[in-house]
Amino acid sequence: MRELVVISGKGGTGKTSILASFAVLAGQAVLADCDVDAADLHLVLTPTVRRREVFRSGNEAVIRPELCRGCGKCAELCRFAAVLRDFEDPRGDGSSRYRVDATACEGCGVCVRHCPHGAIEFPERVCGEWFVSGTRCGPLVHARLHPAAENSGKLVAAVRQEARRLAESEGFDRVLVDGPPGIGCPVISSVTGASAVLAVSEPTVSGEHDLSRVLELCRHFDIPAAVCVNKWDLNPQMTRRIEGKAAAGGAGVLGRIPYDRAVTAAQLEARAVVELGGPAAAAIRAVWERFKETGE
Amino acid sequence: MTVAVASGKGGTGKTTVAVNLALSLEEPVELLDCDVEEPNAHLFLQPRWISTRTVSVPVPQVDERLCTACGACGSACRFHAIVSLKTQPLVFPELCHGCGACVLACPAGAIREVPREVGVVERGRRGEIRFVHGRLKVGEAMSGPLIRAVRSEAGQSPITLIDAPPGTSCPVVAAVRGSDFVLLVTEPTPFGLNDLRLAVEMVRTLGLPFGVVINRSDIGNDAVRRYCASEAVPLLIEIPEDRRVAEAYSRGQAAVTVLPQLRAVFRELYDRLLSVVCSPGQRPVPAGRS
Amino acid sequence: MKIIVSASGEGLEAQVDPRFGRAAGFVLFDTQTREARNIDNRQSLNAAQGAGIQAAEAVSRLGAECLITGHCGPKAYRTLQAAGIRVYTGAAGTVGEAIAALEQGRLALAEAADVQGHW
Repeated sequence: MRELVVISGKGGTGKTSILASFAVLAGQAVLADCDVDAADLHLVLTPTVRRREVFRSGNEAVIRPELCRGCGKCAELCRFAAVLRDFEDPRGDGSSRYRVDATACEGCGVCVRHCPHGAIEFPERVCGEWFVSGTRCGPLVHARLHPAAENSGKLVAAVRQEARRLAESEGFDRVLVDGPPGIGCPVISSVTGASAVLAVSEPTVSGEHDLSRVLELCRHFDIPAAVCVNKWDLNPQMTRRIEGKAAAGGAGVLGRIPYDRAVTAAQLEARAVVELGGPAAAAIRAVWERFKETGE
Repeated sequence: MTVAVASGKGGTGKTTVAVNLALSLEEPVELLDCDVEEPNAHLFLQPRWISTRTVSVPVPQVDERLCTACGACGSACRFHAIVSLKTQPLVFPELCHGCGACVLACPAGAIREVPREVGVVERGRRGEIRFVHGRLKVGEAMSGPLIRAVRSEAGQSPITLIDAPPGTSCPVVAAVRGSDFVLLVTEPTPFGLNDLRLAVEMVRTLGLPFGVVINRSDIGNDAVRRYCASEAVPLLIEIPEDRRVAEAYSRGQAAVTVLPQLRAVFRELYDRLLSVVCSPGQRPVPAGRS
Repeated sequence: MKIIVSASGEGLEAQVDPRFGRAAGFVLFDTQTREARNIDNRQSLNAAQGAGIQAAEAVSRLGAECLITGHCGPKAYRTLQAAGIRVYTGAAGTVGEAIAALEQGRLALAEAADVQGHW
């Protein structure tokens, strides 16, 4: 069973559009959308949700206002500026109360442990939900992280774990993963242990800069990496430069995809580019033929 | 005045808007690039570099002579970054959030904190524009502390512009929290609309005033416009696709450098944003094509 | 001596769970009394990070001297080493078969983690 992950470093290079086409070309595979704070793959694959799970991660501090004595110890100890002073003077005696800003709370528990009045509760935090759905290309595991929630990579790991479990139990030999942008926790969680990674780049100074960081990440974690340049004809010279640098860094260069209005047209119709046809579709097909063998 | 430029979806034009706003405004501006995983603004602004400093997070270090192997540190840690199994504690620095729980919990005072480098903050200047960005070490998982370090550099100019990372979760929150206004940049496509909805939820959760910029406004459909109208979300400006701008972008050139007439567009955007901030209860100035 | 085996189910007939940190559960076997006890690993589902470390702590508290599993990541391995637990990876089949293999000297001691870590 092979797990193939598509990432980009820079956002907006076309990885979800390309991955959706790979899903169609792969026949049947398990699909995983690991871009959990801005998931888009479902917009093309139009899934039917079969299972929904609540995602809980860590805890959050909640100050009980009726127990708070306004001593401020919590605010003094909090390293994340998550404890705020409430100036409302609820007891009418000049004392203030404190409350926790849930969007800043790191869930470390320091305030909970050190509140002299035991006024702080520490419930488990619900951060989002994940789903197992059916699509025309195979099962899709996807998620929705609550906005402003912590994105430690754990929800990504849960999505990948379920996708792998499904592949094994239902006899699929491939898992295709739509990864998030960047190089932080969620990306690391998307690529560690993968069979191969495809980084989709674009022929721009930004694309080149961000690709080098994402390839460095893949080398750091020892994952076979390959590159393709999307919208390559917007700047052929830059395309060649990017391909040269990628190859010099040990990444496979799998092909070039031309700028094609069919990419947006397909998205507007909730279809994959290869379901519409055209120059980009043909190029994506060629990239897929090479990517599916990468890291073998 | 602090304005953050964010978006749910990557690649919609946050850096383009932030950089070109910085280059178009009359007043002195500081531009903070908080996309510490993939900082791009410097590629277009091309600042003269002034200084670099490393940013570290505190991680525990146990003095084995004082440690009694009581295990209190391990019990206090919510992140399994310090573990004590009837033995001298093991530290996993990459899991540490720097909260200090273990230091506080140790009855023997055996734990002190030492710095662990997570990235750098670099400062520069382009004309009157003050520039700061953060660059996360590759392989480092947590961007929060570095983003906060970049944010702490603000306060030297009347207008602070923040280029946020893409998405709607903790790094974006760290980049935009406490700002006076958030510009949400989107594109008129299904992915753009989907991620805009999530971004709107995020800024509403944070209680921040916001408005929308539709970039490449003629490439898709009307759904984003209709969403803004039905949700009473201020739609500040629409910028049509322009091949000259795309080509300049691909070469690392700011749009207003190549097409100076675009400065008026970005100044207009800023004026409309101000009218929303200053009169929050009123209907915003209706957006028109630029 | 106490041996712990990562398991997908309960009892000696359960299959060895190839994962350690996020294993469904464990079977604790006492080679003297020949008794087997089931231990669930639900706590790992809630760990934001460091599930392997948490599982290693749990295993250590149970007084196990040996761990048999499929794969072990670097953080879990380091924690198990510090706790003085001998790790045997690459096991398959049922829990009972794995224990027999260990007792008959057919399992190789793991010198290092055999897989990358992940959340």
